[in-house]
Order: sequence, then structure tokens, then C-alpha cells
Amino acid sequence: MEAAHAHHGHEAHGHHPTGIMRWITTTNHKDIGTLYLLFALTMFFVGGVLALMLRLELFEPGMQFWRPEFFNQLTTMHGLIMVFGAIMPAFVGFANWQVPLMIGAPDMAFARMNNWSFWLLPPAAVLLVVSFFVPGGAIAAGWTLYAPLSTQMGPGTDLAIFAVHILGASSIMGSINIITTILNMRAPGMTLMKMPLFVWTWLITAYLLIAVMPVLAGAVTMVLTDRHFGTSFFNAAGGGDPVMFQHIFWFFGHPEVYIMILPGFGIISQIVPTFARKPLFGYSSMVYATASIAILSFMVWAHHMFTVGMPAAAQLFFMYATMLIAVPTGVKVFNWIATMWKGSMTFETPMLFACGFIFVFSMGGFTGLVLAITPVDIQLQDTYYVVAHFHYVLVAGSLFALFGGAYYWLPKWIGRMYDETLGKWHFWLSMVFFNVTFFPMHFTGLAGLPRRVPDYNMQFADFNMISTIGAFGFGLSQLIFVYLLWKAIGGAGEKATDKVWEGAQGLEWTLPSPPPYHTFETPPVVK
Amino acid sequence: MISKGLGLFAAAAAGLAADSALANRYNLQEPQSIIAHQIYDLHTLIMWIIVGIFVVVFGTMTWAIVKHRKSVGHQAEQFHENTTVEIIWTIIPFFILIGMALPATKTVIAMKDTSSPDITIKATGYQWKWGYDYLQEGISFYSNLSTPRDQIDEYGKKGAKKNEHYLIEVDNPVVVPVGKKVRIIATAADVIHAWWVPALGIKQDAIPGFVRDTWFKVDKEGTYRGQCAELCGKDHGFMPIVVEAVTPEQYAAWVAAQKTKMPAAAPDPGKQWTLDELKAQGEKVYAGNCVACHQATGMGLPGTFPALSGSKIVTGPKDEQIKTVLNGVVKGGKPTAMAAFGKQLSDADLAAVITYTRNNWSNRTGDMVTPAEVKALRK
Repeated sequence: MEAAHAHHGHEAHGHHPTGIMRWITTTNHKDIGTLYLLFALTMFFVGGVLALMLRLELFEPGMQFWRPEFFNQLTTMHGLIMVFGAIMPAFVGFANWQVPLMIGAPDMAFARMNNWSFWLLPPAAVLLVVSFFVPGGAIAAGWTLYAPLSTQMGPGTDLAIFAVHILGASSIMGSINIITTILNMRAPGMTLMKMPLFVWTWLITAYLLIAVMPVLAGAVTMVLTDRHFGTSFFNAAGGGDPVMFQHIFWFFGHPEVYIMILPGFGIISQIVPTFARKPLFGYSSMVYATASIAILSFMVWAHHMFTVGMPAAAQLFFMYATMLIAVPTGVKVFNWIATMWKGSMTFETPMLFACGFIFVFSMGGFTGLVLAITPVDIQLQDTYYVVAHFHYVLVAGSLFALFGGAYYWLPKWIGRMYDETLGKWHFWLSMVFFNVTFFPMHFTGLAGLPRRVPDYNMQFADFNMISTIGAFGFGLSQLIFVYLLWKAIGGAGEKATDKVWEGAQGLEWTLPSPPPYHTFETPPVVK
Repeated sequence: MISKGLGLFAAAAAGLAADSALANRYNLQEPQSIIAHQIYDLHTLIMWIIVGIFVVVFGTMTWAIVKHRKSVGHQAEQFHENTTVEIIWTIIPFFILIGMALPATKTVIAMKDTSSPDITIKATGYQWKWGYDYLQEGISFYSNLSTPRDQIDEYGKKGAKKNEHYLIEVDNPVVVPVGKKVRIIATAADVIHAWWVPALGIKQDAIPGFVRDTWFKVDKEGTYRGQCAELCGKDHGFMPIVVEAVTPEQYAAWVAAQKTKMPAAAPDPGKQWTLDELKAQGEKVYAGNCVACHQATGMGLPGTFPALSGSKIVTGPKDEQIKTVLNGVVKGGKPTAMAAFGKQLSDADLAAVITYTRNNWSNRTGDMVTPAEVKALRK
């Protein structure tokens, strides 16, 4: 027994497989984190190419490049791939890398399940991409998959439904892993209220995921049985209700919005104190604000459907509940600014992205407030104003937070500094082109341009042209990031110190850069 | 390349400057109904509140970024909480929100009051056109996009010059009198659509199998344009809505004209048709009802909409095709995108379009389908 144990230990440390098998069989949280991040980056470019294809058609009035049905496939798959393939896996990648390092745990709680939850993603991505090539093409009902439009379409819809099932299973497993790790494997002395805010936001996000991913799975399964097995969940002729799909979808969909932003809030809450050289202002109110946002997110879903014709009482309830979210979100922004106040700030790339995040995400928050007002929303629902709003919170919010986090922790992960000049170029070009792309959409939306249309009246021509130019600029700017990564991972750049950043605080900065393959095998003690 | 890019930017900037006289380029369209006015004012109020918050919050942040940086020698202080401040900035937003919610609540309740309308119009969304029924007046018609295809399609060629109302013009507009309360009952035949006219401040989803209502009262005469606002498939971007608001006298005249026109427009049921007449009429019906899916080439869209050219149903027995067009295609108990046209078209139009499809493209059956044959198969 003794000998067997020793042998097992020797194997685990010495002879893990090399080459491709290392990545397929890995149970190491750092390897899996890397896999998640590379997968997300790949899907980010796939979804980005789809976005540029649809912006190409919208460059000027008239149909020049794609047939309308293919245009709808582009918008739908751009949404699905960016939400489920890029943003969500990227945050899980950060959780895998950082949660054990930040709480002083040796690895994730369920290491084999961790491997499985990653390796479910590539088949799901393949299903989504392959669906472009089946008869009828990919699903074209919008990423929201509204029935009965989605029950009407070809086999691409079934592939998308299976992909959503698989992605949902992966997310649930990942969330169970994260919750178990955080609740059971913290270093001695790290009480819940001493956890870094990134860990807190992920703990809350993981609960949201477990609560709502099964709801989405249920909704798409009902679409599937309506399509093939004679049920009538969403078919009025059989006693069903098409609007029920929207209620179920958005009961998933609104918490999903916070699933994609809360870990971003966490990353920003790590970066700002580091570069302000000052502790985070209002730590406990940050935790409570995150929890409040999560709880409120279950009570606001119908603000996505103010035009379906709900009773006035329902419209008022969802309007008030939605407006309330502004309070905890405001608290977060105020806390970040209070953290900056009277600090000693420097502006390396992570801090640039954090400041950019606070500024531009807040603009998305402001338009969210406009859209919360039911009568105004009824005018703006399904227009480009909404497209502008959710790209301000998802691109300038989630994506900028992800970039900020990547620059912040990259030197720790690879042991080399990245090229600061290139990083700054990446930030400024992204920031400028993001606004060139999406700011004009506020105007076209207000003036009456519906979303998801392949063609439009000439009155919208110049703003659409500006948006398309901005979109190509934004897309090309992202290649700087790839080049920067390639250079840094290739070993250019100076060696990173253990602490990397002068103001960095937390367990991960006590480790060498890069950290050894296994870390915190003896738990550190947090005072 | 760069100079070309700059040229585009300059052109866009010049375009912005030239058209800035149009009030609706940067804002909601000029409101034309009570509700639209309230929405406009609500939006303006909230925008000003937001601008105020923006200036205070980001003024503070900018100040910190400029003054409290290491490069100007600022030393970090180490405070990290202040209960008073935190309570203040939780409470103040709460009161601001109440200030916004009060006027919004009034408008929500006003929007929902569809009682005692002067006119009730049922708007039915189809893939991809609108059908209108004036319930008291007994007028019914379909409203299709009237922009010619040669202005839209520019695949590999330059399209015809686009007119001013490109994509927001229809053959048969909805006509309403000014100053009267018009109730819109929205429903749909296939998937969810949404009836939206921005200047009138209404947008109502049209849900198959359910009816929902909304209302408007137009302030002044004019033509108000909108579009379907809910993704409804391939030609979602090509099913506009046009409302013409006229004086009550003009409206009464329009109603009278429609009533006499409707029976006159329908072909005489006793008419004896020749094959060529049917084919000519059928081509028109095809262009209005079938071409969006089955295409002008009759080849459909592979995988989504079947081809008619060479189709077994179209070249097979006449009765089968007549039944298909009359009753639509139902798979597994549910209607498909092939709608039941028996409800939408007259016997003569159905006979014409079926005759047309049986004698066009690669189909050379030489068959002629008469209105009587269609009538006989109606259930």
C-alpha cells in the first residue's frame, strides 16, 4: 500500500504525457485554463469574422454580398459563438488559472471533471460551425432562438440545439467545480470575506450558471420536441404559446447577461487597486452589490419582452425591478472611482483596459437605464439602439475586462513581460474603433432602424458605413493582441518578477513567475 | 488606400453636416401622437439626467486620473471605506430612479388604455407582408413592399437608382383619419412579427394564435413609415408598414372607394378564362405571394424552400397541387412555411397561379386549372 502510493505520486509528478496527449489527458488547472483561453480566443476570431461578413453587407444600401437568409445565419451564429464560444469559456479559463492560485489551493476540486468540461467544448463548436454546411444552412432565428421561427427552420437548428446542450453541460460541470473548490479548498485563514473579489464574483456567477443553464436546456429541448416529436409547447394551434418560449429563454437570458459581466467586475476589482497602489474601496459593499445584482437578475427577465403585450401591472413590475439594478451597479462604479481617488496611479495596459472598461461600460449602463423605462423601450426594442447597448456592455464590458485580465496575469503565467508599447496600441485602437463602430448605432436606433435587417433606407447609409469601417478597424486591431501573445510566449521580453506589478497584492504574486506545474501543495497561511 | 479611406470619412462627415437639418437623424423621430410625444419627452428627460450623472461621475474619475498619478508624484493614501459616503451614494440614485419612474408609470398606463376606439384595424403578420382588416368597415387588403427588386439586388451589378422611400414603401398603405382613436389588433399567421410605426409611438408584437392590441391617435395629416421589428425569417427586412393619416372626410371617401373597389377588383367569378389569360394573371399573383420563397427562377432555396420547377407536385395530378396551395403544408400536425393560401386568394387567382406554375420554367404540362376546379376542392 505504501509502495503503491509512493509510485503513484512519482508518476503524477514525473512522467505526465507529452505532446498532444498532455493536453488531451491533462487534469492540471493551469493546462486546462490555457486550453479554455486558447479555445475562447479562436472562437473570438471565428465570431469576429462572421461579424465582419455581416458588416460588409451593411456597408451600403442594397444587397451586394449575401442573400437575406444567409445574412440571418451570420447574425445568429455571431451571437451564439461570441456568447457561448468566446466570452463564457474565456472567463472559465481565468477561473481555472486564477481561482486555485488566489485561494491557495493545489488544483481544482474535481480535476478529471475539469478535463471533461473543457473537452466538451470543441465538439460543440464543431457542431455550430458545421451547421453552416447542412441543407438550409445554420440556424437563422437569432441567438435568442425564438419559437416558432426556430421550429420552422432546417436541420441546422437541431445542430445548434445539440451544441447548446453540450455547452450547457460543460458550464454546469465547470460551475460545480468552481463552487466546490472555493468553498472547500481555501488556504487556512482565508475566510470568505478575505477572498479576492475575482473569486467572489466567480462564486456568485457559478451559482447563476447552475440555476439557469438547465432552464436554457429545457427551452431548447422543447423546441426540439416541437420540431420532431409532435409536441405543441410553442404552437398555438396545438394549445401552446409562442410567448412562453420568450419567458423561459429570458429567465435564462438575463442572468446570463450577468454571468458574462460579473467575473469581469471581479477582474477590474483586482486591477484597479494594483495600479492605484491603494486597497479596494468598500470591499464588503462590492460583495453585497455583486450578490444583489445576481438576485435581481432573476426578477427582470420580461424587460426583454415589453412589446409582447403584457398587462400594465407586469410592465410596471419589470420596469421598477430593472431600474433597481442601477443602484448596486452604481455602487460598483463609485467604489472603483473611490479606489482611484488619491491613489498613486500608473497606466500600464491592464489599467488602461480597466479605465476604458469603467468609462465605456458605464455608457452601456446608462443606455440600459434608458431601455429600462418601458415606454421608451417599446420604441427602442429590436432597434440598433439595443445593439449599441449590449455591445457597450459585452464588448467594452466583458471583452475589455478579459483583455485587462489577460495583460494583468500574463506575465505571471508565462514568466515574461509582454511588449508594453504593443499593448497600449492594442488598447487605444480597440477603444477608438469600438466607439466608431457602435456609437453611431445609438443614432440609427433612435431614428428607427430595426436590428437584424440585411438592408436599409438611405437615411441610415452614412452611419452604417462608419460602423462598418469601425468594425474592420476593431477586428484588425485584435491581430496586435495575437502578435503580442506570440512574441511574449516565444520568450521575447524581460523576465517577470514574482510580484510583476509594484502594487500587486494576493497569493498568486507570492509564487514564482511562471509558477511551477503544481503549486500550493502545502497550503499557505493567510493572516 | 489611406487617401481613399480618408475620402470616405470626409464624404461621411460632409453627409452628416448636410443632413443635420433633419431632426430625426440623431434622435427619436418627430412624434405624431400623444403617446409618441410622451415617449419623446421621457427620453429627453432621462437623457438629461444621464448627462448630469455622466459629468459628475466621470469628471471625478478624470480628475483622479490627471491629479492622482504616480508620474506627478502623488502619494497613495490608504483609506478603503467610509460608511457615510457609501450610504449616500446608494440612497441618492434611488431617489433619482423614483423621479424617472413616476412619469414613466403614467405613460405605461396611458399606452395600455385601448378602450372606446373610433376605428379598429386588425393587422396580421405574414411571411413577409402585412394583411389589414378594418373590422367595422369590412375592408380587407394585403400590403406588400413596393420597392422594385432591381433597386434591391446588386449582386455583382449596380442596382437601379434607389428612390427616397427605398424599403419603407408599400403598395397598399393603411389609411386612418387624424384625431380619431385607432385600435390596432395584432396577430400573425406563421411566426412572430411586430407592427411598428416609430412616429406614432407604437410597437406591438404580432403573435400567431393570439391577439394583442395597442392604440394611437394621429395629430396631423401625413405619411408615417415603419417596419416589422421582430425577426421573422428571410425577408424580415422587407415587410414595411405605411400609415397615411388623412382628414376624416378624405377617410370617409377612401372607405367608400375601397368598398366599391373590392368586388370590382376581384375577377368576375363567371368569367371564362383562356390559358394565356390565366398565365398572365398567375405571373402577377406569383410575384406578390410566392416569389419570396420559391424565387423568380422557380428553384426555391435548397434545403429551405423547395423548387417548383420540376417538382413532382407541380407536374403531377392537378388536384394534389390545388389542395397543397389551398390548405398549405402541414407536417407533424404543425403548419409549415407553406401557408394555406385558400384563405388569402380568390378562386380565380389560385387557378391562375397554379396554371402559371404548371406551364413555366421546366414545367410544360400544358394544363389549365379553372376557378371552378379550385372551388370544387375548397373544404
